[in-house]
Amino acid sequence: MAIVVKFFASLRERMGCSETTLDAQQVKTVAEVWQRVADGEPLPANLLMAVNMEYAEADSEVRDGDEVAFFPPVTGGAHDR
Amino acid sequence: MIVEIRTAPFDPWQELSRRTPDAGGRCGATAVFVGTMRDFNEGVSVREMFLEHYPGMTEKHLETIAAEAVARWELLDALIVHRVGQIRPDETIVLVAAWAAHRAEAFAAARYLIEELKSRAPFWKKESLPQGERWVEKNTPVG
Repeated sequence: MAIVVKFFASLRERMGCSETTLDAQQVKTVAEVWQRVADGEPLPANLLMAVNMEYAEADSEVRDGDEVAFFPPVTGGAHDR
Repeated sequence: MIVEIRTAPFDPWQELSRRTPDAGGRCGATAVFVGTMRDFNEGVSVREMFLEHYPGMTEKHLETIAAEAVARWELLDALIVHRVGQIRPDETIVLVAAWAAHRAEAFAAARYLIEELKSRAPFWKKESLPQGERWVEKNTPVG
């Protein structure tokens, strides 16, 4: 098993991929997942995080088999700005 | 309660007439919001828009939001239909509807559906402008 890490929208483009996997033994929290995938780049302040499709925080725990996602602020609904 | 993600254009009014619940005479109010793609944003023209979502998480959160509205306002039913993919001006982006016994509940619930959707459901917009493309990373305040 492993941890699947997903990226969306502008972050997906910046990372150059939509998905990667990590060895679950290497990481215990969402913040540690970010460190692994972003080569030590600090976690951007406005980045949103999810574990198994529920919003999570940087210190949320991750386990083997989890799906972790990182993405920019969400902008659904009407195009009414 | 119906929540759907669509990859092709849809007619919100056909959708509504097809989805109106059979409430056996108990429905006194239907409140509807339809969000449409505009051809301008922040003073520049927008030719096209790409709407990305997180398959699985988006549906899950839309279902939670609809269930919350149904419970809080004792709705007869709630509907959310949201487009993804490539969208052109005048196409419908989102349709929400709330069916209730009275208008206060229907209005409040419809507003809740659209506002919660905007702040909680994972969707992202990328606009195609004459100058190139840009990701939209903040929503309009309700005002």
